[in-house]
Amino acid sequence: MSTLHTVNKSPFERNALTSCTGHLLAGDAVLMIEDGVLGARTGSSAVAVVQAALESGSVYALAPDCAARGIKPDDLIEGVQLVDYAGFVDLVAQHQRTVAWL
Amino acid sequence: MAQKKKFLYLNRKAPHGTIYALESLEVVLIGAAFEQDVSLAFLDDGVFQLMAGQDTTAAGMKNFSRTFKALGDYDVRKFYVERESLAERGLTVEDLMPITYEDENEDYAEKPSIHLVGRAELAAIIADQDVVLSF
Repeated sequence: MSTLHTVNKSPFERNALTSCTGHLLAGDAVLMIEDGVLGARTGSSAVAVVQAALESGSVYALAPDCAARGIKPDDLIEGVQLVDYAGFVDLVAQHQRTVAWL
Repeated sequence: MAQKKKFLYLNRKAPHGTIYALESLEVVLIGAAFEQDVSLAFLDDGVFQLMAGQDTTAAGMKNFSRTFKALGDYDVRKFYVERESLAERGLTVEDLMPITYEDENEDYAEKPSIHLVGRAELAAIIADQDVVLSF
């Protein structure tokens, strides 16, 4: 009965990613979309939060939103997986519910 | 009749700076008409929605905080408030409005709708839902 969590805010502006990560259960997935993908880049102060999320489940970033912001696949925190729009749909279908962290 | 589903409204924004809190309340009221199993969660700045003594007169805003007290009559009786979110903001449950409902199975005794829950408990409540709506 796992949950897909979407995060669409920058972790440097809002606490959406931190709050999301604090409410994960084992097997849950986090998908960073829109400005949420700013948290997927390595080397930032958000890395620890993303790594905490990776310990309980999978972390994804929406590729078109990364590309639009100049975030290259090589820039991603290790373990973060890129998905396209079809992959987004698959994630929604694979989980019992979706929770949006706005 | 279609099967009842469990709906959770996740409230994470303070009441008057953005439209989220008021919109959430509108959707809760609409949803209540469909006789679903409804719960509300208040976490992060969302806990400020339940502050006692909100007076919006001078600000010229609508004071919708009183509406929370009426939700019991619409069978919306589960308000989960996150303990950590209160503590981070220097608040306790004493700072919140008392919200009650009348239990028709116990001679209409007034019972509290607000339940303090820890972050881990709230994670489990989220995982128990069919639908989660975020505001």
